[in-house]
Amino acid sequence: MQSFGLAHVEFLAWAALWTVGLSAIAFVGGGLLGFAVALLRVSANPAARLAAIVYIQIVQGTPLLILLFLIYFGVAVIGFTGVPAILAAGAGLTIYASGFLAEIWRGCIQSVPKTQWEAAECLALTRWQRMTRVILPQALRIATPPTVGFLVQIVKNTSLASVVGFVELAQAGKLINNSIFEPFTIFVTVAVFYFALCFPLSTWSRSLERTLNVSRR
Amino acid sequence: MSAVANPTRAAREDTPRSPQAGAPVVRLHDVHKSFGALKVLDGVSLDVGPGEVAAIIGQSGSGKSTALRCINALETIQQGTIHVCGHAIHDPQLDRRALRRDVGIVFQSYNLFPHLTAEQNIMLAPTCVKGMTKAQARELAREVLSHVGLAEKAEHYPEQLSGGQQQRVAIARSLAMRPKLMLFDEVTSALDPQLTGEVLKVMENLAREGMTMILVTHEMAFARKVASKVVYMHRGRVWETGTGAMLDDPQTPELRAFIGNGL
Ligand SMILES: Nc1ncnc2c1ncn2[C@@H]1O[C@H](COP(=O)(O)OP(=O)(O)O)[C@@H](O)[C@H]1O
Ligand SMILES: [Mg+2]
Repeated sequence: MQSFGLAHVEFLAWAALWTVGLSAIAFVGGGLLGFAVALLRVSANPAARLAAIVYIQIVQGTPLLILLFLIYFGVAVIGFTGVPAILAAGAGLTIYASGFLAEIWRGCIQSVPKTQWEAAECLALTRWQRMTRVILPQALRIATPPTVGFLVQIVKNTSLASVVGFVELAQAGKLINNSIFEPFTIFVTVAVFYFALCFPLSTWSRSLERTLNVSRR
Repeated sequence: MSAVANPTRAAREDTPRSPQAGAPVVRLHDVHKSFGALKVLDGVSLDVGPGEVAAIIGQSGSGKSTALRCINALETIQQGTIHVCGHAIHDPQLDRRALRRDVGIVFQSYNLFPHLTAEQNIMLAPTCVKGMTKAQARELAREVLSHVGLAEKAEHYPEQLSGGQQQRVAIARSLAMRPKLMLFDEVTSALDPQLTGEVLKVMENLAREGMTMILVTHEMAFARKVASKVVYMHRGRVWETGTGAMLDDPQTPELRAFIGNGL
């Protein structure tokens, strides 16, 4: 039995790339879906608002693990067997991220003062113009730090994708451990990888927050 | 609290500017408005003719802002009728955007868009609503900015401007839509006396150019000098109306007390 070496680190590095890729899918997919849900959540239509609330509550109330199982096995029940792990994991994380991003962004949109809506309305702008030209640009500034902060959650939560057979960083660690059984060394290395991915993000998030506070007179 | 009001004053309707010819730009008739159980407008009637400057005065909480907001359809009324530039505000089918093209409003808190420069603040509505090109809108922005004496501040963001300058940009932003009626809600109340002066001057010029204006104000001297009609509101009613001279000779104890308070 060989001991922990460079080949293993290399294997982990490849797996870390999958973690990054899966995070990117979840962030982009979850961002698009979450943005749509956030718009519904603040729309003038009560039915649309209710639908968005229900969606957000269900997604936030379901453990990601269960969400992943539901997609992986649920899709098979409907008749699609052999869903690629990346698709199942990507879909699960997308839905998970959309539920949280929608709620974060709803808060940011609603934190733009009502007087801004009114001023735009009094200039005869349409509702869509008010949203895109006046409210969203301001909400975007407010939204950046918590959004980047949430990215960290996504990166860490990709580790759950192993349950649908996706080999990312955590799963790679487990695989190595199964063959050489040096859990401490292996998982410390895995943790260092996660830290290397997340630390820049949280630092960035904090610095964004600081510049935002400074520029707010 | 009620019947003391208008009759003695109705006779003073003839204004020194005599702009009354033509149909009124604004006509409120028996307007009632409540917020839940709180009655805020209790049968308000008011006519403002073309070119007229009406100053609404009164204690805080007497319903002045609400009256302005009803005129601009920012609030819905429960009873009565409001006509503004040919739009029936009380009509549930009201085309709000068409109304807002005809009516400009300026608020106490300026409400400039903080992510846009002065010029961009002004260009937004003409490009979005009137379909102007960027170049046309920029030219227009420069024009209205120089009108309020701020041509050199076009590229500044609101937070780089003083309160008085921000308020003048807000006025310019409204003017860029070439409104037929301008509403001002205590636009100088957040400003110190010096900055107040520069904003009032802009408004006075507008009045002189013939803009129809309704302004809620605490500046009695300004109301006396510029307004063709002064409206004293008390407890959600038009308590007294008249010309600026009304302020020197109040007929009701309420207005006397209000003026006596040095407001
Ligand atoms: N959106 C609102 N909801 C509930 N009450 C309101 C609202 N707007 C104004 N009011 C109340 O209506 C009354 C009149 O307000 P306002 O028209 O702002 O008075 P003014 O401008 O003369 O000071 C006040 O008692 C105020 O608290
Ligand atoms: Mg007020």
